[in-house]
Amino acid sequence: MSVAPAEVERPQVDEATERPWITIVWNDPVNLMSYVTYVFMTYFHYDRAKAETLMLDVHEKGRAVVSNGSREEMERDVTAMHSYGLWATMQKDD
Amino acid sequence: MGRPYGFSRGRKGELRINLEPSERELLLSLAQQMIEFVQPDPVSADADPLATMVGIDATAQTPDDPALARLLPDAFRDDAEAAGEFRRFTERDLRAAKAQHSTLVAADIEAGLDVLPDDHVASWLGFLNDTRLALGSRLEITEDSQDRLATLPDDDPRSGAFHIYDWLTYLQDSLVQLLLP
Repeated sequence: MSVAPAEVERPQVDEATERPWITIVWNDPVNLMSYVTYVFMTYFHYDRAKAETLMLDVHEKGRAVVSNGSREEMERDVTAMHSYGLWATMQKDD
Repeated sequence: MGRPYGFSRGRKGELRINLEPSERELLLSLAQQMIEFVQPDPVSADADPLATMVGIDATAQTPDDPALARLLPDAFRDDAEAAGEFRRFTERDLRAAKAQHSTLVAADIEAGLDVLPDDHVASWLGFLNDTRLALGSRLEITEDSQDRLATLPDDDPRSGAFHIYDWLTYLQDSLVQLLLP
């Protein structure tokens, strides 16, 4: 039998410090607009409108921030983008 | 109305592969070349076996070959040390995943598949995209160069590669269009 755990005081989570890393996808002349949209919908589960907005940012502005989170989460996202063949990097969001 | 070309949806919603035998042979050859191109180097005798087991490659560096560097990009733009560390921890697995895509495509072609199983779609897309990236790098494709490449004389050594690139672009887009909701 276990006894109920003592109340643990949870630290206040600061949203800004919790999601300090970002994944950026960069424009390149080979990847198809349709494919980039498909990848954003399939991997990030973004709806088509959001995926197309991000894809157009990549195409027209040269880059788009596609996700943010912990360093480990961004390592996962960058690896996934490279696996799909998109050109992605991660960095601290400052 | 012409016969469907590239990929199409069958009457039951299945993904159909509509390619001539010569086109299948070309895809098979490209898939085999891609496997050779990306697969991880054999593990050297003095590598740490535990590191190898978890996919760490202490010797991984940004590839000198621009085509390979495009397939295996640096994960950090302005931090060579972080990029190197990330690469040592992930490149082996990324290479293996890419080789696996092409291996599955080669097996599908060798089996003469006319219907693409849903769980093979990711590998076909990955193979088509990686091959276009590699060819695009070799051809030094830019946003503006494609019209120029399309009008190269037939005896230009880049002409054949560009026509393959262009064809793969068509194939990939025809598959993606079927998958977008």
